[in-house]
Order: sequence, then structure tokens, then C-alpha cells
Amino acid sequence: MYGAKDIESRTGRARQPAALSDAALKRLFLWPTLGLLIAFNLFPLLYSLYLSFTDYSAISSRAPQWIGLQNYRDILNDGQLWIYFRNTGKYVVLSVAFETLVGFGMALLLRRKFFGSGIITTLILIPMMCSPVVVGLFWKMMYNPGYGIFNYLLGFPAGRGPDWLSSPKLALWAVVIVDVWMWAPYVMLLCLAGLSAIPDYLYEAAEIDRAGPLYTFWRITLPQVAPLLLIAVLFRTIEAFKTFDLVMGLTGGGPGDTTELVAVDLYRLAFLGQFNTGKSSALAYIVLVIITGVSNIYVRYLNKLKEG
Amino acid sequence: MPKVENVQRVRAITGLRAAAAIVVCIIFLIPILWMLLTAFKPQQDVIKVPPKVLFTPSLQGFVNLFFQRLSLPQSQMAQYEGRSDLNWWDQVALAQGQITIGPSQYTGRLLNSVIIATGSTLAAVALGTLAAYAFSRFRIRGQADLLFFILSTRMLPAVVVTIPIFLMYRRLGLSDTHLGLILLYTVFNLSLSVWLIKGFMDEIPREYEEAALVDGYSRWQAFVKIVLPQAISGIAATTVFCLIFAWNEYAFALMLTSDRARTAPPSIPSQLGTGGVEWSAIAFGSLLFLIPVVIVVFALRNYLLRGITFGAIRQ
Repeated sequence: MYGAKDIESRTGRARQPAALSDAALKRLFLWPTLGLLIAFNLFPLLYSLYLSFTDYSAISSRAPQWIGLQNYRDILNDGQLWIYFRNTGKYVVLSVAFETLVGFGMALLLRRKFFGSGIITTLILIPMMCSPVVVGLFWKMMYNPGYGIFNYLLGFPAGRGPDWLSSPKLALWAVVIVDVWMWAPYVMLLCLAGLSAIPDYLYEAAEIDRAGPLYTFWRITLPQVAPLLLIAVLFRTIEAFKTFDLVMGLTGGGPGDTTELVAVDLYRLAFLGQFNTGKSSALAYIVLVIITGVSNIYVRYLNKLKEG
Repeated sequence: MPKVENVQRVRAITGLRAAAAIVVCIIFLIPILWMLLTAFKPQQDVIKVPPKVLFTPSLQGFVNLFFQRLSLPQSQMAQYEGRSDLNWWDQVALAQGQITIGPSQYTGRLLNSVIIATGSTLAAVALGTLAAYAFSRFRIRGQADLLFFILSTRMLPAVVVTIPIFLMYRRLGLSDTHLGLILLYTVFNLSLSVWLIKGFMDEIPREYEEAALVDGYSRWQAFVKIVLPQAISGIAATTVFCLIFAWNEYAFALMLTSDRARTAPPSIPSQLGTGGVEWSAIAFGSLLFLIPVVIVVFALRNYLLRGITFGAIRQ
């Protein structure tokens, strides 16, 4: 026998008249986040879109003057900027390619467990979590042609090796090497996840069919890892395109402009010298469009993987 | 008999693999080991050609990083050396012909880093948990687009966002303040925390809450008493990821702070300027930055994959 009071306390309604409805709770939970994002992302982006059509400089007292597409025209006609885009392109392609090769290679070494494989995997992941500017500085010391350990380990006699950071030919490679050191572990981690998800029966079937190791690799391993490998490549492409900290720590864009990447130049344009706010906003928008394109593919793909 | 041969072959291959993996691991760790060594090298050994592996450890790196020093003229050296009230750091400084005259700027910057990283992480995780619950449990119009918008904030280069933020902060008086950086890092970390925590919450069966709701819990009570305890390890992992981001962040701090709220990463390079490159001080600073990272990597090794793919891939 239940009394009326029991039923009330069971449904909970009577006891908590002030309980929030689901809809109210949803708004309460969601809006602080959305509000912050609007204030610190959406609004600034719209603001800089406006600035990109003006000749504004943050250090001048003059109000922004509307100049239409002039900034965009200037940028597209600026030969120097095309060089920075080319540097960035070269840097992205080289570092992502080597990270993929090295990372995938390491994953193949570590895919089957052996004594100590867990700890080795974890140790290799440390560079990925380090602060890029600290890493850059530190490698700067290792690259020193005199007291640096890098040339020494490559086997050059003391003081006779190349000066990586002041050679126009080698400087970009020097940055690429550090980037690969930091991020090949990232590719490795994703590949390991892909490799461990390959069902054993595929390999057993291949063995029964007497397929060679190369054939097995091309027809089973690679296609099975491909989705995660692609995630890694997309993410690294986005991140490499944005590279800023590492270059600032390592070369500061030099020697000359051989390692001047777009993100570094954007900083220079916006925050040093003339504080060319209008023009730098226009360049920022060009970068934004490129990155949004790639990250859109990335996120759609992540979501697909998540559901699939 | 082919079976035995096969086992031997597999064993040999595993052995080769293990050996190669160990070599690769050592190559990857050389820079970090070198940093560790350099942090404890006296300055004259840091710039030895060829590089020195064996040396007498010294705390010069530590002293040079944390203390402001003054070079002593020869004539005053003897006078100072005789004094009995010298601390150990004074003695380390004296060995390089210097006296300490107080804490260095870096001390304050490190403190700023701690304040800003902690504040922004707490805010990002708290807000992110709420939003993640809403995304995980309620129907939201345009959910996929909203989630993309949230994540896209993390994909943009820092400089792109900073130009307008710089102007906005100048207007609002938030330039070079702790609050300014905390807000910005919070927003940046929100993307990660929403995505990661949503992933963790999606894994908690809805039936638990529904049972609680039937039992008379309000939605809020069900969230606090049922969902939060279940998601706590995921939230903890997320916290650490956010902490590492805020701890390592360089670009925003470089562009939006100059002195009062400047954090450690943009000030380690400035150590390059004063009186020749003080590599051991830089290495010591880097080492201090690295220690939390190493702890995190080990503590979170099972969550790393999730963390770096925004919760999309779990194992």
C-alpha cells in the first residue's frame, strides 16, 4: 500500500519544485562555453575580417580607413610573401613525409609486444609533449658547429661539421629534423592503434595462401592502417603549416629568409616594426581559409571514424 | 619439424625488432639526456669542443636561472671570498666571479606560468564538463556544426586570433594581465575539454541516469551523483592535457604580455641575451619544463591516443 506522499517522493516533482527542466539545464550548461567562444573567437574573427579591408596600424592614432581589397592585392603581388609560402610548403611536405615514414616504421617495430616494449613506446612519446620553443632553443645548442653534439654524433671531427643553422641550404632541413623528432612519435602512436586493430585472421588467411611478406604488407597492413595514417597526416599538415614556436626558438626565420614561414612572417607583420595591422589581418585571413579547408576535412573524417 | 623452425624464426625476428626499437628509442632520447647533462654543467664545460660527456656537476645552471647576478671586479673578489655568511648559491655564483643580488625575473615568470596554467585549466575543465554533458545527452540543433566550430578554434594559427584579441584587450585593459591570458587559454582549451569529455561521457550508459531519474533524482542530481563519478578518470586525464597546453604555450604569451603577466616559455629565450649564452641556465629552465611533461606522459600513457585525437580514437 503506497500513500500519496510516497508516490510524490518517488516522482520527485513535489519534493523539488525548483528543479530545472531539461531545456533550461541544457542552456545553462552550454551557454558559458558558447558565450566565451563567441567573445574570443567569433567576434575577433569578424573584427579582423573588417580590419583586413583597412589600412589600420595598431600603433598609429589614426582611425582605420576603408581601402577595399588593396591589402589582398598587395599580398598576392608581393613576391617576398610567395617565397614564404614556398618555404612553408616545402617545410610541410618534407616534415610530414619524414614523420610518416619514421613514425610508421617505428610502429612496425613496436607492434608486437616484447619485454620492455611498453616502456620504450612511452619514452619515445616524450618529445611530442614538450614545449616547441624550448625544444627549438635546445636543438639550437645541439646544432652548434663547435660545442654542439649533433655533428659530433654524425661523426664529423670537432668543429669541422656543417653549421646547420647558418647555412641557407641546411637551415630548413635543420628545422625539419627537429619537427620530425618531435612529431614522428605522434604518427607512431596513431599507427600503433591502427596496427593493433587488424584482426589476426587476415594474416592467417594470407599465410594459408602463401602470400609473401611484401604482398601482405601492401594488401593487408597498409590498407588497414590507412584511415588512422590519414588522420595523422592531416593533423600534422595543419600543425606544420602553423609552425611558429619551433622556428622562433631555432632560427628566428634566418639565415636570410630561408626558414621564414608564413606564421612567423605574419607575426612580424602584425607585431613588430610598423604594426601593419590591416595587411596582416588580410594575410591572416588567407591563412585562415587554407587551414579551415584542411581542418574541415580532418574533423569530418574524425567524426566518421568515431561513428564507424 | 617445420613448426620448430618457424618458432625459432619468429623469435629471431622479435629479437631483431626489439634491438632496433631500443636503438631508435636511444636516438630519440639523446636530446633529452643531453639537456639533462647540460643543466648540470658548469659554463666552461658547456662550450667545450668536442662536447664533453664527463664533467663535475655544478648548480651554475640553477643559480644563473633563478638569481640576478653582478660581476665582481678582481679587487673585491678576495673581500667576498672571506665572508662567512654566504649561502651555497652565493658560493656557486662567486665561483664564476659574480655575486647574487636577488631573485631573477625568471622566478616571477615561472610563478605566472603556474597561476595562469592552473586558472585556465580549472575553468576550461569545469565549463567543458558542463558543455560536454549537454552535447552528450541532449538533442542540440546543429550539433555537428557547433562541435566543428568549437574544435576549429584550436586549428587556427595563434597569430590569426591574436591580432584582433590584441586590439580588444588593449581596449578592455586586459593586455599583459593574468586574467587576459587565463581567459584566452580557457577558450583555447575548451575545444579539447569539450571534445574529450564528451567522448568519455558517451561511453557511460544512459540507463544509469534514466534509472536515477525514475528514482526521483533531478537531472542535476543525476549529473552530479551518477555521471560525474563515472567520468572522473576521463576528466582527470583531460585536466592534465589542458594543463600541459597552458604550461607549454608560447605564441599568445609572447604577443599579449610584456612583463607583468609574462609566462616562462617566452622568457627562456631571453636568457640568451645576457652576457653570452648561458646554456646551462637555459637547459635548467628547459629541464624544469620537461619534468612535468615526463610525469604526464607516463601517468597518461593509456589516454595519450585519445588526448591527441580529441577523443575520436580510443583503445
